[in-house]
Amino acid sequence: MITLSNVHKAFGPKKVLCGIDLTIESGSSMVIIGGSGTGKSVLLKSVLGLVTPDSGVITLDGQDVTRADRDAFLARFGMLFQGGALFDSLPVWQNVAFRLLRGSLQRPRAEAREIAIEKLRRVGLTPDVADLFPSELSGGMQKRVGLARAIAAEPEIIFFDEPTTGLDPIMSGVINDLIREIVTEMGATAMTITHDMTSVRAIAHNVAMLHDGVIQWTGPVAQMDDSGDPYLDQFISGRATGPIEAIR
Amino acid sequence: MTALLYPLGVLGRGTLAAMASIGRVMLFALSALSHILRPPFYGREFMVALLNIGWLSLPVVGLTAVFTGGALALQIYAGGARFSAEAVVPQIVAIGMVRELGPVLVGLMIAARVTSSIAAEIATMKVTEQIDALTTLSTNPMKYLVAPRVLAALLVVPVLVGVGDVIGIFGGYSVATGSLGFNGAAYLKNTVNFLEPLDLLSSLIKGCAFGGIAAVMGCYFGMHSGRGAQGVGRATKGAVEAAAVLILAANFLLTGALFSL
Repeated sequence: MITLSNVHKAFGPKKVLCGIDLTIESGSSMVIIGGSGTGKSVLLKSVLGLVTPDSGVITLDGQDVTRADRDAFLARFGMLFQGGALFDSLPVWQNVAFRLLRGSLQRPRAEAREIAIEKLRRVGLTPDVADLFPSELSGGMQKRVGLARAIAAEPEIIFFDEPTTGLDPIMSGVINDLIREIVTEMGATAMTITHDMTSVRAIAHNVAMLHDGVIQWTGPVAQMDDSGDPYLDQFISGRATGPIEAIR
Repeated sequence: MTALLYPLGVLGRGTLAAMASIGRVMLFALSALSHILRPPFYGREFMVALLNIGWLSLPVVGLTAVFTGGALALQIYAGGARFSAEAVVPQIVAIGMVRELGPVLVGLMIAARVTSSIAAEIATMKVTEQIDALTTLSTNPMKYLVAPRVLAALLVVPVLVGVGDVIGIFGGYSVATGSLGFNGAAYLKNTVNFLEPLDLLSSLIKGCAFGGIAAVMGCYFGMHSGRGAQGVGRATKGAVEAAAVLILAANFLLTGALFSL
């Protein structure tokens, strides 16, 4: 279980997170929604330790993440980045098997390649993609390789940063289906940030809406349409008028 | 009164900012060195860096050195003729290349070629979240990206300087024997007899220092790049400027330390 208690973060005078309280149950899929620039990525990176909060506590299974053994902590995570964040200098299979080729999870090279090809197959890519470089792939394929890399070491917790941004509706559907299947199959805890409401409905058990640096609303996805929260209603209906200012 | 103190405030803020920057670079360099000394060590990245910094820099280093050596021979011959000292061409080319021009020109070429490439590559990795991805994959970017490049530069740039010295002397030899009427055997004998071990040692020490400066600056500016294409451009430009100025400053200090005794 991941818990965030009263987490604050500012960049200079700009306050991004202003007292975030959120709980993500083990084995559940939490989707965080909110407008652009509301701090969703900062929230996610704070959990991973890529951004250090100014104050507040983030715990994983009751242990403060800032005091946890860093390698052991990160070994439990997988992450799909918004742009894929694939390493240009490495072929696809070495991107997927990156964690399996070095560090505490190191395997023999042949075995790591086998696992990489199996994970590529799992995300719908053929083995001939394995020896290509990321620059030779389309955006959708890069996203799938990123997904394969995120699940390669079978992590307990997977973070998805805007997994469908920049993809066509069909490829978005494919990625959503893959995320849902993988999370269900692996029993992993998932935390996703997105503005894509189709994604939200496809992959979320619970939804949290971030606005003005705080969690404006949180609850099961089934209750999202009847929440009665004007901010959430405006966001999911995509109205230009409402409590959320269209110009930010 | 406030208006009078304003320039002092500007000066003070500028000085403090400069000192803070120097402190950050020093801490970064010390961190890079500490990561070189502690496992894990990424051998593949080290070998790639050796290839990029050393082997692939040979053509530019060789061409720079050969033309410089040749031009130096012509200049010394023409200048020496004013007081009938044309015969010192081999000695001055040798000492000029080994003590000064070899290390400095190789250092500046490395700053242009390698520092810019390291800064642009790491900055692009930063803006495309590849460095964050490394961290989430339990890999320390300082160990994986910085330590192998800095170690490779520390080891291979002195070798490049040595190669540059030899090629520069060869450039002088070619011009002197080809168009200035020098005897080849006598030229080489004068060159070898004139150089002292300290000359060669100083060349290698400077090469090591300049290599370290070039790699650290490339990595530092890359890791601290701003966002987007403009951020990558600024990081690259800043890295090359800083490396070039620091190489020239370090050359002055090292020359003073090695030869003023």
